[in-house]
Amino acid sequence: MALFTCQNVTVGYEGKAVAKNLNFAINSGDYLCIVGENGTGKSTLLKTLCKLKSPMDGNILTGENLKGADVGYLPQQTELQKDFPATVKEIVQSGCLNKMGMRPIYNSTEKKMAKDAMEKLGIDVLAKKCYRELSGGQQQRVLLARAICAAQKVLFLDEPVTGLDPKVTEELYNLIENLNKNGLTVVMVSHDIDAAVKYASHVLHISKNKYFYGTTQEYLSSKAFTLFNNEKGTNCHE
Amino acid sequence: MSNIIDTLALYMGYPFVRYALVVGILIALCSSLLGVTLVLKRMSFIGDGLSHVAFGAMALGTVLNFTDNMLIILPITTITAVVLLKSSQNAKIKGDAAIAMLSVGALALGYLVLNVFSKSANVSGDVCSTLFGSTSILTLVAFEVKLCIVISIIVIAVFIFFYHKIFAVTFDEDFVKAVGVPANLYNTLIAVIMALIIVLAMNLVGSLLISALIIFPALSAMRIFKSFKGVVICSAVISVFCAVTGILISILASTPVGSTIVCADIIMFLLFSIIGRAKEGV
Repeated sequence: MALFTCQNVTVGYEGKAVAKNLNFAINSGDYLCIVGENGTGKSTLLKTLCKLKSPMDGNILTGENLKGADVGYLPQQTELQKDFPATVKEIVQSGCLNKMGMRPIYNSTEKKMAKDAMEKLGIDVLAKKCYRELSGGQQQRVLLARAICAAQKVLFLDEPVTGLDPKVTEELYNLIENLNKNGLTVVMVSHDIDAAVKYASHVLHISKNKYFYGTTQEYLSSKAFTLFNNEKGTNCHE
Repeated sequence: MSNIIDTLALYMGYPFVRYALVVGILIALCSSLLGVTLVLKRMSFIGDGLSHVAFGAMALGTVLNFTDNMLIILPITTITAVVLLKSSQNAKIKGDAAIAMLSVGALALGYLVLNVFSKSANVSGDVCSTLFGSTSILTLVAFEVKLCIVISIIVIAVFIFFYHKIFAVTFDEDFVKAVGVPANLYNTLIAVIMALIIVLAMNLVGSLLISALIIFPALSAMRIFKSFKGVVICSAVISVFCAVTGILISILASTPVGSTIVCADIIMFLLFSIIGRAKEGV
């Protein structure tokens, strides 16, 4: 059975449905990109998959004995975090929270996990630095390292490259691709359709009242992709 | 100088002064620990609102002739704290407006109830001392001191035991929820501890000045320290130091205890701000 199976799922916020009757499945090892215009419910769908919201209608079935503790999440940054006094190490370690249960302190395995994650993302030299003094790209790496610590099976990413320059964006995409190659299932919400077709194995394209779901190959030859590319040409000032 | 020491030594001989110091230190410690979380979660005003609710509850308790007001203040404040925290997540009335409404409402109703029903000869005096805590800390009895010690130990133990969880929930609630940790449970825990601290602190600085005790040490510490742990430890030290200094000065200079402690906190904040600026400039 797939990790996630969505059956006629409708998601929305404040009582208003935005994406309706979605049917798709996420299998172990997939790299799914959720794309679409603003306000079509991409982030809301991701939050629903993370159980931060419940679907307004339909069912989300989880398989392979998936637990909350198998999931990692990289949310969009909040205002609140921008001046938060915390070191990189403190934040990355908090990713291990879902493994400690009632234990009050991190054990050596968890500390090592955090250290490895920081090394993997090249932020181990920043461990003692304050989060609010880092650049946008560095902050995003810190949050990704935290998400990696939490993720055993699935990694949810909500627009991970927003506000980053092209070089840092490229690096981050490569890191995520590597994680996926090492067996982690990746579900990413993105504005960046070019990156989606470049890296993802599957694409979910949501637009008003309809959606497309399929492999990247299928998506490239689909109407949704052509339409979106044309629209992009006319709406580039947006 | 020896004069001052003599005077202090004389006062230390009185149990009520020793009680005041013990209670003052404990409350300062507890409120500063939680203050960091509240300030960072943008919830400093919840402390203010709750303290007014506690005042309203106290008024109700006085009028209903409860032998121990704690029995009514504690549950009402705790329930309000939990409800406020829950409702701020998905309410029609936005969080800050709900708190402001409750805060002013409780204050007004409390005063009204006291005025209309109280049998005391000096209502304004009573109200003044509850709001500004002018004398209550110097009139503590042994039982209240013991209660304070027990509650403080609970608060400190809970904080240390759940330190990493409290940090994570403060930094990013959504993340904590998404990775399968019961964030709501920890939020409720924070709300309950907050209510406990506020009820305790009413004795020391009075309900109007509780926010100062919660907010100032955290803000001062944040000027200089860059890690969560550093901020927590520093704000605890600042808070205890200011409480002790404030109490001693108030004894020597016969000033109101609560206001004197808050003044010490304000001076500390200014000091830390200047140091923080200077450090950034380097």
